[in-house]
Amino acid sequence: MKKAFPVLAILTAILLSYALYEALVVAPTEQTMGDVQRIFYYHVPSAWTAFLLFLINFIASVVYLIRRNPAADIVALVTAEVGVVFCTVVLVTGPLWARPVWGIWWTWDIRLTSTLVLWLIYISYLMLRRFSTSGQTPVLAAALAVFGALDVPLVYFSIWIFRTQHPQPVIGGGGSIDPVMLHILLINWAAFLCLATLMCWSRYRLEIVQREVEDTQAQESLVAPGGSR
Amino acid sequence: MNFLYAAYAATWIIHITYLATLVRRYNRLRKEIEDLKKN
Repeated sequence: MKKAFPVLAILTAILLSYALYEALVVAPTEQTMGDVQRIFYYHVPSAWTAFLLFLINFIASVVYLIRRNPAADIVALVTAEVGVVFCTVVLVTGPLWARPVWGIWWTWDIRLTSTLVLWLIYISYLMLRRFSTSGQTPVLAAALAVFGALDVPLVYFSIWIFRTQHPQPVIGGGGSIDPVMLHILLINWAAFLCLATLMCWSRYRLEIVQREVEDTQAQESLVAPGGSR
Repeated sequence: MNFLYAAYAATWIIHITYLATLVRRYNRLRKEIEDLKKN
């Protein structure tokens, strides 16, 4: 496993560089929007990656609530944290696309608003985990994550259910996309998935070591002279 | 074009900032482990 990490890191760097080249140089220029449409190659894969991470967070939270498995708790924490990173990218790149295309940075449209709410839910999840000192924090966080995950399908399906200013989905939305654009979009998604895997892997290892150190510190404080024992 | 470059730059700034926080947390943890070994 230790050898797999640098291999994945090198593969991710190559894939990200290749995906960037494809998005900026190879991808055809969209007729009405021009070059600004290329933001789509970062915006859409980031959104898909965030949704996938929040789905894993939901599954891990349910597993933790049922079995009280510490590994599931760590997976939930890690996927929420990395998911927030990718959701932040979505919320930053979206307005940078909207300003030249719609003429406004932001509108309180259902897709945009529900995405902002999703981001705020997972920020509150991370703040709960960071600042709560209760022994029940993992249970409370898991419960919050289960309810928070309900917003993911709302974000995804909002453009089918409600009238919205947001463009229709790339896949399954009834519209058509140039096969070259779709190919480049999927390459960028693969690159972001590799990056998300690396981030989750690093954060998972960090959390395990951190918990071991905290346990050792707690034991040391018990056996030290003047300790509570 | 400015909006395109701004979006790509923002994406990389967000990712690199997160990776930098991970490195910072690793270094702090390493220091704590060294302190534990000394004790």
